[in-house]
Amino acid sequence: MKSTYTRRKFLRDTGGLTVAFTLFSGCGLSAEKAPAVEGELPGSLSRNPKVNAWLQILEDGRVHVYTGKIELGQGIRTAVAQMAAEELSTDMDMIEVHLVETGVTPDEGYTAGSGSIINSAMSVRYAAAYARTLLLERAAKKLGTSADKLTLADGEVATSDGQQKLTFAEILDGEQLEEEVPASVTLKPKKDYQWVGKPIPRPDISQMVRGEPFYIQDLRFPGMVYARVVRPSAYQAELLEFDEAVLKQQVSGVLKVVRNGSFLGVITEDEYQAEKAQRILQSNAKWSEASALPGGLDLVDHLKSLPANSEAVEEADFQADENTLKANYFKPYIMHGAIGPSCGIALYEDGQLHVWSNSQGIYPLRNAMPEVVGLTAENIHIKGVPGSGCYGHNASDDAAVDAALLAMAYPGKHVRVQWSREDEHGWEPFGTAMVMELAANLDANGKIATWRTELWSDSHSTRPSGDPGNLLTAHYLKNPFAKKSYGYSGGGYRNSQPYYTVPQLKVDAHFFEGPLRVSSLRSLGAYANIFAIESFMDELAEKAGKDPLEFRLMHSEDPRGIAVMKKLQEMTQGQSAGEGEGLGYAFSRYKNSASYCAVAAKLKVDSGSGKIQMQRMWGVIDAGETINPDGLKNQTEGGMIQSASWTLREEVLFNEQHVTSRNWDTYPIFRFPDVPLVEVAIIDRPEEPALGGGEAAQAPSSAAIANAVYRACGKRIRHLPVTPEKITGS
Amino acid sequence: MKETFSLKVNGQTHTVEAEPDTPLLYVLRNQLELNGPKFGCGLEQCGACMVLLDGKANPSCRIPVVGVKDMSITTLKGLMQQDGSLHPVQQVFEKGQTAQCGYCLNGMIISAVALLEENPQPDEAAIREGMQRVLCRCGTHTRVIRAIQSATETTNP
Repeated sequence: MKSTYTRRKFLRDTGGLTVAFTLFSGCGLSAEKAPAVEGELPGSLSRNPKVNAWLQILEDGRVHVYTGKIELGQGIRTAVAQMAAEELSTDMDMIEVHLVETGVTPDEGYTAGSGSIINSAMSVRYAAAYARTLLLERAAKKLGTSADKLTLADGEVATSDGQQKLTFAEILDGEQLEEEVPASVTLKPKKDYQWVGKPIPRPDISQMVRGEPFYIQDLRFPGMVYARVVRPSAYQAELLEFDEAVLKQQVSGVLKVVRNGSFLGVITEDEYQAEKAQRILQSNAKWSEASALPGGLDLVDHLKSLPANSEAVEEADFQADENTLKANYFKPYIMHGAIGPSCGIALYEDGQLHVWSNSQGIYPLRNAMPEVVGLTAENIHIKGVPGSGCYGHNASDDAAVDAALLAMAYPGKHVRVQWSREDEHGWEPFGTAMVMELAANLDANGKIATWRTELWSDSHSTRPSGDPGNLLTAHYLKNPFAKKSYGYSGGGYRNSQPYYTVPQLKVDAHFFEGPLRVSSLRSLGAYANIFAIESFMDELAEKAGKDPLEFRLMHSEDPRGIAVMKKLQEMTQGQSAGEGEGLGYAFSRYKNSASYCAVAAKLKVDSGSGKIQMQRMWGVIDAGETINPDGLKNQTEGGMIQSASWTLREEVLFNEQHVTSRNWDTYPIFRFPDVPLVEVAIIDRPEEPALGGGEAAQAPSSAAIANAVYRACGKRIRHLPVTPEKITGS
Repeated sequence: MKETFSLKVNGQTHTVEAEPDTPLLYVLRNQLELNGPKFGCGLEQCGACMVLLDGKANPSCRIPVVGVKDMSITTLKGLMQQDGSLHPVQQVFEKGQTAQCGYCLNGMIISAVALLEENPQPDEAAIREGMQRVLCRCGTHTRVIRAIQSATETTNP
C-alpha cells in the first residue's frame, strides 16, 4: 500500500487552527448528559441525527467522515471508513476520517468499553446509507428522472444507460446533507458487501512503518516550547518551597517557572532543558509530610477493613455447610503502562485555548476544563490526536490539563508537556485492586445449586466527565478542586454474575476508597471477577469429578457461548501436556451482554524454581457481526498477551510514601522471551449486531493461565500475580 | 553551553547545535524532525527510541550526541530507498499488519533489521532473544515474530 501522507498534510489535518466552530450543530451536550433517547438508531446517531454531523462531501468528491472517537490502536478509523465506503459504494481511498474534535465532530463521550464499533461505526453506517438515498433523490430531481433508474457508485450517480452522470459534489452544489437520519433507513444488503467483513489493511500502519508523523508526540509547531511538571513527593504532599535561582544557574533556556499552589511546572526552549529542569526542581523542592499509605501491610486485610458502600447485586438465599466449596481470590493494582508516556500540547492565544490530546474523552475533558483554566467551554477547543495505546483512562487527560495551565501562563506559544516515565508509572490512575470471595454448593448430580460472591473494589472510573475534581493537576492548585469520593461503581461487579445456569445466586459488592489513584483499565472489574469465577469453575469441576470444559458446557444455555467453547475444544484437540506442562481453559461473555470469548493457555512450570513459561494461547471470539476480521483478531491476540502479562508479572507496589513501581525494572511486563504464541479464531455472525471486541479476551485469559498452572503443577494460585514464589511456596 | 556538531544521519551529514550531553533522541526528533525514534522511558528500558548506530540497534534516549558524532546513524526513514520503497523488514511489518497503536513499531523494525543483519536465519528463540529489549504493551509480539520469520523467507528464498 502506498502512503502519500506528508508532514504538511499531518500538520494541516492535525495542527491547524482554522476550525469552523459552527460547522457542527447540536454538540453542546456531552454524551453522558444527553437524554437517553434510544430508538432503533445507534446511540450516538440518535443524539446527533443529522447526516452532515457524520459525513460531508468535499468539492473534489472525497467524503469526509466525522467520528467522535479517537484512534487508540484499535483501528477505528479503518472500521469507520469501511462502513462509509460500503454504504456509498465507493473506494476506501475516497474516505477521510476526522477523529474527535470539539466543535467539529459529534460528541460521542468516551472511546471506551468496546463501544466504538457499536456506536460510532454504526452511526456512520446509517448516516452513509441515508446519504446514499438522499444523493439518489437529489440527482433524480436534477436529471428529471426517478431515483430507481439511477445507480450510485464511486462518487457518482449515473443513469442506467450510463449516458448521464453527476458527481456527489455536482449533486450537492456546495450544500451538505442536513436531513436527519430516520430509523427506517435502508441499509445495503450484507450479501453485496465489498468492504465490511473483510480484513482491510489499516492505512495508518503504512504511515507508522515509514516513521511518518502520526502521534501527538510528532506535532511540531513553529516556536513551540517544552515543559515538564514536577510532581509532589506523595499524593497528599504540599509544595513548601523550591529554588528557582539554582535552577537558572544550572539550566539554560528556562523561559518560565509556573507555580500555582502545589502545581509546579517549568517551560524551556528545548526538550532536554525541560528534562534537566524537572530533575533539578525535583531535587530542590521541599514538600510537606503527607499521611502514610498502607505500604508493607497485608493489602487484602487492609482493603477489606476500609469503610465501604455496599450494594446487593443479586439476592438469593445462600447457606454454607461442610460441603460448600469456598475460595478467596485477589487482584492487585495494575497499571495501564502506555509505552509512550503522556503528552499534551496547548496554545493560549486571543482569548482562545487550543489543546491537542490523545485523551479517550475529548469532549468530557473539555467540559471539565473551564473552571480549572478560568475560561468558558466555548473558548476551549480540543483536538484528538492519536497517541500511544492507553487501554483505559490513563494520564493523557492530566497531561492535557498540565499543558493548558502552562499555556495560560505563557500565552502565544505552543507549550508541549511531556510526562517522564517515572511520573507516568507513579501518577497514572491504576486499575484498582480487588478481593473476590466465592462459595458454592453442588447438587447430587454435581451441578451448581447455589453460588455466593462477595467482592471488594474501588471505583473503576474517575474519568473527567465534566468534573474538574477528576483531573489530577486540579487537586494541587492554590484553589484546589476536590476529588470525588466515589466514581462509577458498576465496573466493580462487571461480570461478577457467572454466565452459567446457577439456580440461586447471591452477589454483594463493597466499594472502598483505596490508597492509590484509580480509574478505568481495560475490561474494568471483569478481569478480576472472571479470574475468580473461571478459576472457581475448575475447582468446582474437580469437586464434581468432571472435565472442566464439559462442566462449563453442562451449565451453559446460550448456543453462542457453547459454540465458542466447542470451537476452542476443537482447536486444542491435538494438544497433549508433557512433564510439567498444563493446558487450562476459561470462558466469558464480556459484560454478560457483549462478545463471547473462550481462551486456552498452555504453559510449563519448572518444578524446582516454579518459573512459568508460557507456550501457546488459543482464543475464540464471537463479536457478532465482524467489521474487520483482522482488526478483531489483532485486538484479541493483543488482549490475550496483555492479560497474560498482567496475570503472571504485574503488581503496582508502594511504600508509605508513594508508588515504588516507577519504571520497567520495578514494574516488569512481558518481554519477547515471555510471550506465548497466540492464535485466534473468529465465529462471525454477519446477521447479528456487532458487539465490540476490544476487551473480551482480558478476562478469560487470566483464569485459563491459572487453570493451566494448576494442571501443570497442582498448585492453585488465587492471589495474582501468579509468581514462581507462590508456586514453590517459599 | 551549546556546541555545533556534525552528524551522519540516514546517509546525509547534518549540522546541529546542541549541548554536548543532549540525548541523541532529542536531536533526531526535535532538530532533524525524524519521527521514527520515540520517547518511551529515557532509561534505555523499553526500546521505543531504537536507532542503528553503525548498523547495531541502540537506544537513543540517553546516549549523548557528542558520543555519536563519528558514527553512522540510521532511523526508520533511512531504511527506505531513495525512491520511497520500503526495506524488506518494513514491508513484512506492513503486510502483516504488525501493529496496534504502533508506538513500539520503530524499536521493533530497527531491532529486527539489526538482528537479521547479524543472523539472517534466526530461529524463534533467536528472534525472541534479539527482540527482547523492545517492549510492546498492545501485545503484538506474535505478529512481530511471524513478520520476522517471513522476512527471513523474503530475503533468503
